[in-house]
Amino acid sequence: MSYTAIQVENLTKQYVLRQQQASNYTALRDVIVDKAKSMLSGGTGKTTKDTFLALDDISFSIQAGDRVGIIGRNGAGKSTLLKVLSRIVAPTKGRITLEGRIASLLEVGTGFHPELTGRENVFLNGSILGMSKSEITKKFDEIVAFAEVERFLDTPVKRYSSGMYVRLAFAVAAHLEPEILIVDEVLAVGDAAFQKKCLGRMREVAGEGRTVLFVSHNMDAVQRLCNKGILLNKGRLVMEGDINAVTNKYLETFNEGQTWYDIPKPIDAADRAAYGIRLQVENISQIPVMEVPIGDDYYFRIYFKVNRRIEGFIAAIGLVTLLDQSVRTTWSEPVDIEPGEYYALFKNDGIILTDGQYKLTVGLSKGTTVIHYIENAGLLTISEVSSLVNDKQIINTKSGLIINQMKVEIEKVTG
Amino acid sequence: MRQRTVIDPEHSSSTYWKDLWAYRGLFRFLAWRDLLVRYKQTVIGVAWAVIRPLLTIVVFSFLAEIMGARTRSASISLMITAAALPWGLFSQVLSDSSNSLISNSNLITKVYFPRLIVPLSTAIACLVDFLIGMIILVGLMIYHQQIPSVNLVFLPVFILLSLISSMGAGIFLASLNVKYRDFRYIVPVIIQLGIFICPIMIKSSEVLESARLPEFVKILYQMNPMVAVIDGFRWSLFGGEEFPLNWTTIQLGLVTTFFFLIIGVVYFRRVEKNFADII
Repeated sequence: MSYTAIQVENLTKQYVLRQQQASNYTALRDVIVDKAKSMLSGGTGKTTKDTFLALDDISFSIQAGDRVGIIGRNGAGKSTLLKVLSRIVAPTKGRITLEGRIASLLEVGTGFHPELTGRENVFLNGSILGMSKSEITKKFDEIVAFAEVERFLDTPVKRYSSGMYVRLAFAVAAHLEPEILIVDEVLAVGDAAFQKKCLGRMREVAGEGRTVLFVSHNMDAVQRLCNKGILLNKGRLVMEGDINAVTNKYLETFNEGQTWYDIPKPIDAADRAAYGIRLQVENISQIPVMEVPIGDDYYFRIYFKVNRRIEGFIAAIGLVTLLDQSVRTTWSEPVDIEPGEYYALFKNDGIILTDGQYKLTVGLSKGTTVIHYIENAGLLTISEVSSLVNDKQIINTKSGLIINQMKVEIEKVTG
Repeated sequence: MRQRTVIDPEHSSSTYWKDLWAYRGLFRFLAWRDLLVRYKQTVIGVAWAVIRPLLTIVVFSFLAEIMGARTRSASISLMITAAALPWGLFSQVLSDSSNSLISNSNLITKVYFPRLIVPLSTAIACLVDFLIGMIILVGLMIYHQQIPSVNLVFLPVFILLSLISSMGAGIFLASLNVKYRDFRYIVPVIIQLGIFICPIMIKSSEVLESARLPEFVKILYQMNPMVAVIDGFRWSLFGGEEFPLNWTTIQLGLVTTFFFLIIGVVYFRRVEKNFADII
């Protein structure tokens, strides 16, 4: 039986932008001074305020059992939408009707207390996410097994490695059983194997007929998990419908006017020794571009931030075809690096790839230890039009990934 | 029967109190967490719950001896203990609850629950501390061979009054603190000065019978709900003969208590929906 699980009508969320803001809260002094000023000036008393619509008149409805991916660029309003749906912030206008028990997961490990043991935190976190004590007790063993932390249950979580911490936190969340589940980009944590496990668990949950709302930058994950999509841009609803149509539309418009790829900031950015900020593809004159003419050389520039001194730091970039075949990976020479912002510049050295799109993978590591690994960080688009600067003869027969020709000699066999 | 949730700018208040009840599990867990972490990584642990009020009692008893305070039916240290303990509860609840929203901002920006749970749950750990601190009182009463008066059965009423009065103000200050961090600095001052305007070393009757004080000062003095609480503690423990209950004091104390409670809850409810945006 299908019914409307989520009905959103004319939802608007407005924020007032204040000038010279270092933080959100105000000092009483400023309020008093402002009030006094406006009283003295005797004017209308109303100063013009800059407002910003994080959500602008959005309406949509979601049927029970749908798995909906919410897609959009940074700042499109995805997170605000989730926050309003989870009742964390109140809308400015509009109305939402939700049918069923809701759980939202905007962060892994909300409310984890470092001084408490793993066992204690499971109960605390579970109750924060809306589970009852008996529910948690019932699922406790399952949660612990999923997180693979049996041995450390009675250790304070401040002694956990960040991997263990994240696994335990996700395990609790993964065992929620609400009718509506709202998930922010929490899958972007942990190692690749654990991410796979999480995605698998999410699919299981979705398969049980629950309604799932899922925000991610990872189009691959969205496409695998969701059947419907909602595309947001600058607070407005651009498109709603079948997930493939929506992701295609998103990919089409993604790069309009933007010539770089922002790397989503990891949730635990402050704890990492380094993390990627931005990736850009540059042409032969080192100008960021969306497309590289076939045969031209090009650059990849990775901006990243280093929090702590790293010995043997390596930046790497990988090219992967849309069919997930790795084409090539390049590592920098290991260097010792001090805190700060840096970029790594990779130059293509004459290898000519066939026209089409290549997914870019960015990796930052210390020796063989991964610090930040971003799949699908951006796209390299090789256009089939060759540029005038390119005086090489391009034989574009599309009969292979690599166009460069081998040296060929034909000689008659003697003897 | 499916649960239906409606979200609109008004944040329908009809379901709020029902929600508060539905989230009682979280209330218990937050209180339990506060208790668990309270004395983690301290060497003497829960002994702090005794040592802190004990220090206040020792210092005040010393001062009272020097200044020649007099009592008939109880020793001075007992009289001071019966005041310092409820004052400790009041000040602890006030300072903990007024800071509670800020120290739990990570929860407030990530999950929904009726925010009132946060300041309310902090009171539990304070109450437990207070009950442990009562060991001092029991010990002193045994030492002085003081037999409690029959009024003892009313002691919980005054503990409750002290809780409600501190919670009301605490809720109000907590919600103000979210927007105006000035209150972070105001609360310690209130607590620091508060101990001097409470009848710790003296009997409240000494103030009320003083000929030098004008009438309105006496009224103001009685508006302090802790005067009623401390009077009530002494009356319950040592009897009405030396520590009679003044009904005006109780009534004025109740007026202030409920004034702050109502203002606190109303203001809290009004600004609560924006906590996540401004915290």
